[in-house]
Amino acid sequence: MFLISLKRIAKSGWKGFRRQGGLSFATIFIMVLTISLATSMFLAQKTSQFLVASLKEKVDMYIYFKQELSSDDILIVKDELSKMPEVKEVLYVSREEALDKFTERHKEDEAIMDSLEELGRNPLLASLNIKAWEATQYAAISSFITDSPFNDLVAKVDYQQKKSAIDKIFSLTDSINMAGIVFSIGFALVAILVAFNTVRLAIYNAREEIETMRLVGAANWFIRGPFLFQGILAGLFAVAVTMLIFGIGLYFLGPHLAILIPGFNIFSYFIGNILLILLIQLVAGVGLGVISSWIAIRKYLKA
Amino acid sequence: MISFQNITKVYKSGISPISALEDVSFEINQGEFVSIVGRSGAGKTTLFKLFLAEEKPTSGQIFYEGQDVHKIKSEQLPYFRRRIGAVFQDYKLLGTKTVHENVAYIMEVMGATEREINKDVTKVLEITGLAERANNFPEELSGGERQRAAIARALIHRPDIILADEPTGNLDPFHTKEIIKLLDTINQMGTTVLLATHNKDIINTLKKRVVTLEQGRIIRDEERGKFAL
Ligand SMILES: Nc1ncnc2c1ncn2[C@@H]1O[C@H](COP(=O)(O)OP(=O)(O)O)[C@@H](O)[C@H]1O
Ligand SMILES: [Mg+2]
Repeated sequence: MFLISLKRIAKSGWKGFRRQGGLSFATIFIMVLTISLATSMFLAQKTSQFLVASLKEKVDMYIYFKQELSSDDILIVKDELSKMPEVKEVLYVSREEALDKFTERHKEDEAIMDSLEELGRNPLLASLNIKAWEATQYAAISSFITDSPFNDLVAKVDYQQKKSAIDKIFSLTDSINMAGIVFSIGFALVAILVAFNTVRLAIYNAREEIETMRLVGAANWFIRGPFLFQGILAGLFAVAVTMLIFGIGLYFLGPHLAILIPGFNIFSYFIGNILLILLIQLVAGVGLGVISSWIAIRKYLKA
Repeated sequence: MISFQNITKVYKSGISPISALEDVSFEINQGEFVSIVGRSGAGKTTLFKLFLAEEKPTSGQIFYEGQDVHKIKSEQLPYFRRRIGAVFQDYKLLGTKTVHENVAYIMEVMGATEREINKDVTKVLEITGLAERANNFPEELSGGERQRAAIARALIHRPDIILADEPTGNLDPFHTKEIIKLLDTINQMGTTVLLATHNKDIINTLKKRVVTLEQGRIIRDEERGKFAL
């Protein structure tokens, strides 16, 4: 009895879905928009995470040591710093390496190269290049050095200079994230309301049939079933369509985006996370279909 | 078996309340064939709606086998309604289902097997002359065909009671006679039949009990009634 009813509900739902093609199409269309929005939100979130991570990667700190120090002294400091939990990585840059880098960077600039030659010696300091796990940890590392006995060896800490830049990046990413969240929630609400109203309209169209079904003695769940099933169907179709759109769209968009954000290929990210994305879409699509149908039909099933 | 007790129904939807039934009391025994006669607006449809618990009476009670119909719990209401086969005056066919599916619906609701359903639906559609229309949608049928589809749906699950609200209003004399004969046959097999009509010929040939309504009141209740308004 239960299985037979389930089969009948599915069959009746499918028939209704097919026969009211226009309405089903409209519902799917709206749902595609909603699911696309959810997917875009997810991808945008991941893109901005990648962006923030690569910016953070660029944030670092230099400790310059007085000229007279030997590399052994500096390596002792390096070992001490490596022991700090905040420190991710410490690189020793010798005076020679610093000079090589400097000449490499400025070899086009004749004025600088001329004055360097005139000087006749290496004016650059040896340094430790420090990367913290989190950009907020540089302040702690900086004060660790100023409070430690090594402070006498240090010529300068190139953190204060970057501090304002670091803070800027952070307040920027924070506010971008906030704006993104507020924007997404607003958009999502609108999309959900529109999708919900489409489903509600479909069920409103069927209100007389629902009433008749009740009058001939159909139980509420037997009436509700086909509508829920249609909601699921609309959700599934919408997911399939959205997947197709995103698959094709990102395939062509990927190379363009890679120019803006080097190292980030959104298409391979999409393919790599296809299961997670599919899950998000199914939850959004099918959830929306079922919940809207459930809420919309409730009104007509009250005694 | 069915007992209407001091039923009054006032519709309060519009600007001024409309009194559809006033203090209507009568009883129907198991296996009876009762015609409800009255002009349009007399309250026949309202009486049926009250019995199906589609509308609530303003006052009074309706009992079916000792149970107050309007006190049936909402989970139990479908089971009560399945014991009734209703031919609605406005047909109330399911527009998105074919004739075959419309007639099969109540059997599906009741959990009959596909084989039983196909067998019975085919038979009933043949009896009502709709075999050719089985796969058409209601909007593709003529008024008479829709009415016969509604009748087929009311009969299919062998209900204890049939409520037929002007079931021949749209039928030609040939089909009218056929349908009344069908109701008569079903009644002889033990089904209680309530027939609302204002067709004089039907009443006069049936020679069964007639309850006459006028402006919401019973003005006559005769065992072998004749049509008189
Ligand atoms: N839903 C309604 N709202 C307001 N008045 C109604 C409604 N249904 C019926 N009526 C009124 O109740 C009276 C009886 O109607 P009805 O029972 O349909 O009569 P009949 O079926 O005998 O023609 C009529 O005057 C009609 O206008
Ligand atoms: Mg009527």
